[in-house]
Amino acid sequence: MAQREGPATDAATTPTEDPIMLEARALTKHFPVRGLRGRGKAVRAVESVDLTLRRGQVVALVGESGSGKSTVARLLAQLYPATSGQVLLRGEPVKVRFGRRFRAYCRQVQMIFQDPFASLNPIHTVRYVLTRSLRIHHRGLSKEELETRLAGLLEQVHLRPAERYIDKFPHELSGGQRQRIAIARALGARPTVLLADEPVSMLDVSIRLGVLNLLKELKEELDLAILYITHDIASARYFADRTVVMYAGEVVESGDSESVTQNPAHPYTQLLVSSAPDPDKLADAAERPARGEPPSLIKPPSGCRFHPRCPFAMDRCKTESPPSLPAGDGRVAACWLYAEGVEKPAGLEVKA
Amino acid sequence: MGQRVNKVDTAVTSTGHRAAVGDPVLEIRNLSVDYGYDDSAVHALRDVSLTLGVGEVLGLAGESGCGKSTLAYAATRLLPPPGVITGGDVIFHSSRDDRRLDLFAMSDDQLRASRWDDMAIVFQGAMNSLNPVYRVGKQLIDVMTAHRPDRSRGQHRARAKELLEMVGISPDRINSYPHQLSGGMRQRVMIAMALALEPQVVIMDEPTTALDVVMQRQIVEQLVKLRNELGFSVIFITHDVSLLIELADRIAIMYAGQIIEDATADDLYRRPRHPYTYGLLNSFPPLHGPRRELSGIPGSPPDLTALPAGCPFHPRCPHAFDPCDGKRPELQGTGREGEGHRQVACFLHDGYEVAVPGHLAIAPKPREKSS
Ligand SMILES: Nc1ncnc2c1ncn2[C@@H]1O[C@H](COP(=O)(O)OP(=O)(O)OP(=O)(O)O)[C@@H](O)[C@H]1O
Ligand SMILES: Nc1ncnc2c1ncn2[C@@H]1O[C@H](COP(=O)(O)OP(=O)(O)OP(=O)(O)O)[C@@H](O)[C@H]1O
Ligand code: SF4
Ligand SMILES: [Mg+2]
Ligand SMILES: [Mg+2]
Repeated sequence: MAQREGPATDAATTPTEDPIMLEARALTKHFPVRGLRGRGKAVRAVESVDLTLRRGQVVALVGESGSGKSTVARLLAQLYPATSGQVLLRGEPVKVRFGRRFRAYCRQVQMIFQDPFASLNPIHTVRYVLTRSLRIHHRGLSKEELETRLAGLLEQVHLRPAERYIDKFPHELSGGQRQRIAIARALGARPTVLLADEPVSMLDVSIRLGVLNLLKELKEELDLAILYITHDIASARYFADRTVVMYAGEVVESGDSESVTQNPAHPYTQLLVSSAPDPDKLADAAERPARGEPPSLIKPPSGCRFHPRCPFAMDRCKTESPPSLPAGDGRVAACWLYAEGVEKPAGLEVKA
Repeated sequence: MGQRVNKVDTAVTSTGHRAAVGDPVLEIRNLSVDYGYDDSAVHALRDVSLTLGVGEVLGLAGESGCGKSTLAYAATRLLPPPGVITGGDVIFHSSRDDRRLDLFAMSDDQLRASRWDDMAIVFQGAMNSLNPVYRVGKQLIDVMTAHRPDRSRGQHRARAKELLEMVGISPDRINSYPHQLSGGMRQRVMIAMALALEPQVVIMDEPTTALDVVMQRQIVEQLVKLRNELGFSVIFITHDVSLLIELADRIAIMYAGQIIEDATADDLYRRPRHPYTYGLLNSFPPLHGPRRELSGIPGSPPDLTALPAGCPFHPRCPHAFDPCDGKRPELQGTGREGEGHRQVACFLHDGYEVAVPGHLAIAPKPREKSS
């Protein structure tokens, strides 16, 4: 792909894009802390997150461990209720967590988990797993129809010939094959949205790309909206159209993947990008030493949650939480440096 | 290209004894390991030879299950059953005195005395191996007390604080329990423990894999700094080749229980010789430079109980030719000028009349950036 040059088109805000499939508005999740000493306290795992998944687009959600990525995905999958905020499917708020409308929601929004070893029940064959996924969502399939669909699903995830895999147990498959089965199970429901929580990080390096390329192909073929959770920012660049960066439960930056990774705006994104191993820029990282520990989410830092680690922190950062501000190239960053009238400090620009 | 930040010319041990960089400190020769005895035995290591130089950071990379941890365990004689060492030697040459230890010939007592003192290992998933019921300080002190009983508890405590500070943890955390520390901090406590007795060799098995990149960078930088200050040698095991290219002086790539390429980090990255190395390097999407489609490596790693005949990589290799499914290629020098001591196990570089594909050729055709 060509490198962006100069002021790029404002891709993020142009309304002529593909339709929005799934949307989170001010989504918040606080987990109550158990035990005597935890009384009244909460882990503020996700704080007012906005997120938009469009048809035929991959959005990557990146951030350090514990930043709330999986929690966002689980909230979107309705695996647990939000503390506050809204989830909208094709613009319709999802309110109930039972009944026919809820089942329809679950069919349309499918999730793939990180661990292909744990996510498949060891006592069930591939046939059983896929049949169940087909039947739950399409009742009254005839035997022949079912067989055709089963073969079709395996075909779709490149497990062919289907007969070789259909009667296998999970332990008879490799990690990559298992993850393909998990993807096939999700596809069996004919979803429109796929939430993939670190779908390749447990897989061997040499087969990761195969699974990512498969997801990419399925996205194009089926026009899926995909949320791709990862902490590998290079793979976000490779696979995702847009990238959303989380820090300590909040979204700190979002924009198209190329500008977020090549010209990160938020100081945390800059830290993340410069920390990633990169054989072509050996000396770079040493110039920007990485420091500090992730913050507590029970008592998160006041103001900007990143301020204790931020090399550019100003007085205001310690007290006021920064809103999302435009940061060039169609990106938004939650950082006071991008407020009007603030002079950009030296060293903020990290053009690739 | 950026300059490498971690090169040292000499390593000065903290006792002041000067050792020449490049002399071997650990020699692994023709090491073979099986899990189990009968026909179903897993041949986890086959004829592995590897030499670690004084002051060197040697990276060991390869896919899951290729035998990296097995190598670490076998080389320190910590291999748990049903693992059996079926052949080979491991020799430790002390660079501080004239001791030369044949690890497989040592008595258990000798071994116990040498462990932690000469060679220390940080196990895969080590951050979870701290005992949850003891304070981290106590666990550090216990290791030191066992090996230096002549020193007082106060001395050990002072040293424990010093060690924590060395790995970037505030010394006042000495009374913390493991659960009060983050994963990255626990991992650094384990590194501190490995360095407690100033060993000459530290083997680290995936020390940063469970951590995110910011923490990983922090630990790797500390490790390089400590290596430069204290002069120990490191075998750093990971599946993340991009990390090794930054960190290691030399890299050995393993596949199905064998080392298939051994070269300086720069040579390996810019001029890979083995098709598997090439495939592995092309399995990591680049963070910078042009975006392009990547394919990874087709197929999956072989079953170690039923290895294919010939080169173990040949079923997945896009360049396999005549000899590949019959004979096993040996790890040997490429025999070309300017290739230093680099070694590769591939018939493409074994004098056959075959057109070596351009990207693996020896001719000094500079690889395009990140391709
Ligand atoms: N069920 C729960 N009860 C209490 N706290 C929780 C629960 N689930 C998650 N948390 C906390 O919420 C925070 C966010 O966790 P989450 O799993 O979403 O992070 P993540 O970004 O997915 O991290 P990772 O990269 O390690 O998967 C963490 O501090 C975690 O400890
Ligand atoms: N106790 C055991 N019994 C039988 N086989 C074993 C045993 N331990 C390991 N193996 C096998 O030996 C091979 C090498 O394992 P090893 O743990 O050394 O791999 P590794 O390269 O460290 O992998 P990873 O990157 O996943 O840590 C694997 O194929 C594994 O299945
Ligand atoms: S020996 Fe043959 S099969 Fe093996 S890597 Fe070299 S060319 Fe490929
Ligand atoms: Mg997670
Ligand atoms: Mg291992």
